[in-house]
Amino acid sequence: MWIYEKKLQYPVRVSTCNPKLAKYLIEQYGGADGELAAALRYLNQRYSIPDKVIGLLTDIGTEELAHLEIIATMVYKLTKDATPEQLKEAGLGAHYANHDNALFYHNAAGVPWTASYIQAKGDPIADLYEDIAAEEKARATYQWIINMSDDPDLNDGLRFLREREIIHAQRFREAVEILKEERDRKKFF
Amino acid sequence: MKQMPKEYYELLEQLQTVDFALIDLTLYLDTHPDDYQAIQQFNQLAQKRKQLKKQYETSYGPLQQYGNSYSNYPWNWDDAPWPWQV
Repeated sequence: MWIYEKKLQYPVRVSTCNPKLAKYLIEQYGGADGELAAALRYLNQRYSIPDKVIGLLTDIGTEELAHLEIIATMVYKLTKDATPEQLKEAGLGAHYANHDNALFYHNAAGVPWTASYIQAKGDPIADLYEDIAAEEKARATYQWIINMSDDPDLNDGLRFLREREIIHAQRFREAVEILKEERDRKKFF
Repeated sequence: MKQMPKEYYELLEQLQTVDFALIDLTLYLDTHPDDYQAIQQFNQLAQKRKQLKKQYETSYGPLQQYGNSYSNYPWNWDDAPWPWQV
């Protein structure tokens, strides 16, 4: 089971109301390489992965849920004081028409999240390679958003999340090596 | 949005700092289970975490529920502020 903890993994501060930035950031909420996709991908793959990697998928999948909450907090704080007029100017008029100020799982272009963003192949190497690629894509996305952001407080949080993608990719690479070692050992006995 | 006292943010950040090390060590140990030094560090931080949790909850209420934290009277688990409100 999961137990919720009433705190963020990393503090979220934003400088000003900035719905335009929120529009870009939602990519990491409901986009193909976003935090929801990451959490659901790993937590689903773990049932058919070798025992040695189940812990890692569980723990990284759980951390992704914490990152999802961080992104949600950023979007919430960037948009909570925005007027419908400001949302419209920021390109969020279509979002407002459907959701008011509520968050929704879609990407920066407004495309709703879909399970076809993620895969579970049953083949542990194929799954882990997908996970490494997902982390690298998420890292790149954070970089592109940082490049467009003029909010230093927000960027501090975004840099933290970008660094976590690097660590996750590294751990997944180590998991691949662990499985390869195990496979090679089996050949001799 | 609720402006909490300065001490709240300080204590929360202390907890987040220790928790960050614990999360990072957890992932590291998932792929390096034989690193004795890392496990020693993990257990030391786990102990420190326990103290900080107690300190935080005494002033600001339960961090977890389902019985992982004690409750005041009346029930204060669902009291604001929630993490995105501070």
